[in-house]
Amino acid sequence: MSFPLLTATAAVPAAGAVLTAAVPAAKREAAKWLALLFALATLGLAAVQLARFDPDGKTFQLTESHAWIADFGVRYELGVDGIGVVLVALTALLVPFVLLAGWHDAEPLETAAADRRWRPTQGFFALILMVEAMVVISFEATDVFLFYVFFEAMLIPMYFLIGGFGDRTGEPADAGEAAARRSRAAVKFLLYNLAGGLVMLAAVVGLYAVTADQLGAGTFSLQEIVQARSSGDLKFATVTERALFLGFFFAFAVKAPLWPLHTWLPGAMGEATAPVAVLITAVVDKVGTFAMLRFCLQLFPGASKWATPVIIALALVSILYGALLAVAQRDIKRLIAYASISHFGFIILGVFAMTTQGQGGATLYMVNHGISTAALMLVAGFLISRRGSRLIADYGGVQKVAPVLAGTFLIGGLATLSLPGLAPFVSEFLVLVGTFTRYPVAGAIATVGIVLAALYVLVLYQRTMTGPVKESVRGMPDLRARELVVVTPLIALLLFLGVYPKPVTRILDPAVEHTMSQVHKTDPRPDVRVSTAEGAK
Amino acid sequence: MNPVSYLYLSALLFTIGGVGVLVRRNAIVVFMCVELMLNACNLAFVTFSRMHGNLDGQIIAFFTMVVAAAEVVVGLAIIVSVYRARHSASVDDASLLKL
Amino acid sequence: MENLIGLLVLAPLLGAGILLCGGRALDRVGHWLGTLLAAVSFALGAVLFADMLGRDAEDRALDVTVFQWVPVGGFRADVGFHLDQLSMTFVLLITGVGTLIHLYSVGYMEHDERRRRFFGYLNLFLAAMLLLVVADNYLLLYVGWEGVGLASYLLIGFWQHKPSAATAAKKAFLVNRVGDVGLSIAIMLMFTTFGTFAFDPVLGDADRAGEGKLTAIGLMLLLAACGKSAQVPLQSWLGDAMEGPTPVSALIHAATMVTAGVYLITRSGAIFEGAPDAQLAVVTVGAVTLLFGAIVGCAKDDIKKALAGSTMSQIGYMVLAAGLGPIGYVFAIMHLVTHGFFKAGLFLGAGSVMHGMNDEVDMRRYGGLWRYMPVTFVTFGLGYLAIIGFPGLSGFFSKDKIIEAAFAKGGTEGWILGGTALLGAAITAYYMTRVMIMTFFGEKRWAPAPSPDRPSAEPAAEKHGDGTHGAGELPHPHESPKSMTIPMILLAVGSVFAGGLFTLNDTFLKWLEPVTGHEEGDSPVSALTVTGATMAVLVVGVALAWAQYGRKPVPVTPPRGSLLTRAARRDLLQDDFNHIVLVRGGEQLTRGLEAIDRTVVDGAVNGTAVTVGGLSGRMRRLQNGYARSYAVSMFGGAAVLIAATLLMRAV
Repeated sequence: MSFPLLTATAAVPAAGAVLTAAVPAAKREAAKWLALLFALATLGLAAVQLARFDPDGKTFQLTESHAWIADFGVRYELGVDGIGVVLVALTALLVPFVLLAGWHDAEPLETAAADRRWRPTQGFFALILMVEAMVVISFEATDVFLFYVFFEAMLIPMYFLIGGFGDRTGEPADAGEAAARRSRAAVKFLLYNLAGGLVMLAAVVGLYAVTADQLGAGTFSLQEIVQARSSGDLKFATVTERALFLGFFFAFAVKAPLWPLHTWLPGAMGEATAPVAVLITAVVDKVGTFAMLRFCLQLFPGASKWATPVIIALALVSILYGALLAVAQRDIKRLIAYASISHFGFIILGVFAMTTQGQGGATLYMVNHGISTAALMLVAGFLISRRGSRLIADYGGVQKVAPVLAGTFLIGGLATLSLPGLAPFVSEFLVLVGTFTRYPVAGAIATVGIVLAALYVLVLYQRTMTGPVKESVRGMPDLRARELVVVTPLIALLLFLGVYPKPVTRILDPAVEHTMSQVHKTDPRPDVRVSTAEGAK
Repeated sequence: MNPVSYLYLSALLFTIGGVGVLVRRNAIVVFMCVELMLNACNLAFVTFSRMHGNLDGQIIAFFTMVVAAAEVVVGLAIIVSVYRARHSASVDDASLLKL
Repeated sequence: MENLIGLLVLAPLLGAGILLCGGRALDRVGHWLGTLLAAVSFALGAVLFADMLGRDAEDRALDVTVFQWVPVGGFRADVGFHLDQLSMTFVLLITGVGTLIHLYSVGYMEHDERRRRFFGYLNLFLAAMLLLVVADNYLLLYVGWEGVGLASYLLIGFWQHKPSAATAAKKAFLVNRVGDVGLSIAIMLMFTTFGTFAFDPVLGDADRAGEGKLTAIGLMLLLAACGKSAQVPLQSWLGDAMEGPTPVSALIHAATMVTAGVYLITRSGAIFEGAPDAQLAVVTVGAVTLLFGAIVGCAKDDIKKALAGSTMSQIGYMVLAAGLGPIGYVFAIMHLVTHGFFKAGLFLGAGSVMHGMNDEVDMRRYGGLWRYMPVTFVTFGLGYLAIIGFPGLSGFFSKDKIIEAAFAKGGTEGWILGGTALLGAAITAYYMTRVMIMTFFGEKRWAPAPSPDRPSAEPAAEKHGDGTHGAGELPHPHESPKSMTIPMILLAVGSVFAGGLFTLNDTFLKWLEPVTGHEEGDSPVSALTVTGATMAVLVVGVALAWAQYGRKPVPVTPPRGSLLTRAARRDLLQDDFNHIVLVRGGEQLTRGLEAIDRTVVDGAVNGTAVTVGGLSGRMRRLQNGYARSYAVSMFGGAAVLIAATLLMRAV
């Protein structure tokens, strides 16, 4: 048996979490470095995965399979396709930056420092690593039940991360109220996602019942089910298939989040610290959109096609609604959260456009959105940590006192509004083109989102960074070395993937083709076959 | 004598016990009513045993007696301790069994 | 040779990278580095030009694919360049004027502490603009298209501490984005129609697509052009864009970027020729803007805004010409080039005037400056003569040709367009004479320096000069330094001779014809008549302006003016319309949506939570702690169970 690379990629951060949590109270710094070390080791393993992955090879590679709960046909089955391997890499890439950005976010209070049982720093870092482990295994699981377990389990560490750690407030007196708000946001996050998860659990059980009924032995294995379906051994009744599809989709739409199931996100992202907000939107939420591609479309292609018009409409609403609400926000982090809702609308639009460009664009979008939101949110976090306020109105003229901070913030913002030359442009355009070829009206409506994106980003930049220097930001220090280490690679990556996205699309493409073939959809053909289109250019 | 009459007696005793449990406030009386219900059940068991010519019912009756005895021991102890603490044996005074 | 095209774009891009990331160490040499790289780009352009001249007219285009950019399924976008005569014209204009303006900025921005960054942005602009014109497919063109938009945003808002500048920058970017939506939809339409969006196959096979599709693509391209080139109805940003430093206004908002729309329409000629409705829309937009800009230009007292109105109007001419089809393409581009010279020259002249006048921009506070700034006066004057179409100067040749072509369109349409173009020429003569007289002639109406906080002041004023003129002192007009006058002189030379040179032996026509094609229209009026009419309206315009501003003193406080004047001062109410409909409406919409999000969408969720909570509160009452009532429920339950069992037995 070969080295279980996929298990190791998830096990290393899990082990890191346990070890970090066990570090004694006094050795806070050591805990941080330990956590970072493990995160980097995970990144290394993810890089090995990428290197060993052959884009032209089988759909699922590096597979592992062991019996787990034999009585119910549950197996411990891992495997990555092009989309999975890239998203694992994205997760492993972002977590070290999240850790570094949150280096000082969880220091114990002066008053509690003496208490040896109180170890917030260790907890913060351990929880982040725990989330990473669970997300990684969700991307790798090819057994529906195994996926479900970790899809739900990651709520637990996320709940503590949102509810337990917040921004330093300006006034100590506000701390109590802030904690109460935070706790509410965390509970809302948990309940929302649990509700989605429960519906999904019902669908998972239903799936088992159908397979047990028709195949003799029930199974949760994605590959087995897909194979049985394509060979005709497994046939879903139309109503059953639709019900199961909706059960799965509901959970993923909550996680992604899709309008009107989005209201937990602004609260959670607003109250959590910036690194945790990045973890929510750039990493955890991606599991939702990823799962739509992997489970909804592949398990229930017929129902997916049936639901497409409604989902496309909801995605369009998300795009415009998220963008319009972003314009109206007064809180920097909530603004970015609503912007993310808009972007998730684009991703879902691309997934359900059912064209190669749409789905290829959507998968690339997941990666690019992860990087660009991380850049913007982390810089916003640095800004907020300097002043202790999330309100846009408390800033003004920062550009003059902290030009590097303002510059990186602008680049993050420009990436968010999909400026050509930066990575998100490529994916957003692909999504739009992919949608347009099949649904011209939807594609045209979605382009309005481009204008609105420019509006909320530039309004945010104008109000915080330009204008006369406000008294409250005078003397604000520019980015420090640690912060530059966080931001610079992200920006470099945004530039690189904007100019040369081929390394990523090369891996994603075959997986997208595979998904498309599962749904039995082909791209619409152009009206005019251009003779020279293929050969000459 | 027709064994069915014993069943009627058993039902009557059970009803008296049940009503007693529901309407009386004194814990001791409630307790006695519970015992009455148990014994009504015993009577029914023994009667059925006789009617079906099967000893199982009588054996169950012995089990019930043992359980009833155990219950009396624990129950009376609780009642006594409650009485000591509150100087009352009314079940309504001990209304803390709620959220 | 092909590889040089890449270098052409790369040189200024490299400059932008170095200058923006370089840190304060580069403060001392940064501006020269930026200028040098712009000059390198110009030199490369010249080499390519020489090489191109060495080949046959039909064989001049260069194509090179650098790498595959976005390959996904049937969707292929390459980073590839296509350099033909049309692109070459633009390359020379951009790098040539660009280099001159870099040089000018060295002097103009001398006292700005962020000069290094200014040059970084300028270089970024050059790179994006070059990319726009040498791209070989529409998606890469789009990159350049948005890239120049970004550079324009950064440069308009260069003095970010002024709220008005930051707002103007934002507005420019947003309005441009609206146009960009047009371009992106056009690209999508091309992809669904042709399966590609590279110039070669799309334009080559345009005639095989349906007219409906072509019309749709054409209209979307027109929307894009309107945004970038400040054509009605997306023109409102250009006036505000004058908040940027004057060299920026000269380079981006007069000579190069704003002409990108004309490039786009000319480049996509094959599409428009298959879609007469779209062409009609183009000429309509051109004709309307031509008058719109001219009228606005007549009413503005801010010298830069008057010139901005003029730019709008001149680009209207170009768009009009480009919309005429093969009879107009060449003249659109020719006017574009000559306009690049004289308008850049005029803006630089305006900058020079402001430089000497404590950054005052109100022409009512100028007057009699010809004596104090001879070089500026002469160069500005030559630019003035060129733009109004004084015989023999550049504008005369290019504008005359456009008016001719407009008449040659034929039919009623031709008469309307020709008449509009003539009327525009008259108004041009009027407002430019007005600018000239108010600035350089008449009595001195100088006023104390504006306080630096005033929105119209260019903040370079705070620092420059010998520090003697602070707020509240009368200006001491003086000629600008050499680094500023040399570019002005060179541009003046261009404004004088370019038109003649191009027209001699139809040089320009022969140069561009292989790319754009050309047809002689048959005009209902002879060329000589048109020229005569142009001269006549020119004289009328100048005379009117002189009668109004030259003969009697100019009041320092603007008179109330007619309804039209007042409307024109407010950009013909476009901004008020935008404000009420878009800004206010948008605010209401977003606020309303936020309320809905809080109350309805989130309310549904919270409502569920509250309902469940309330319900469980009720249920809790059942637990009263009385053992008796618990016993009742037990008895009740037992009774129900028994009854159910009996019932089941019975059934």
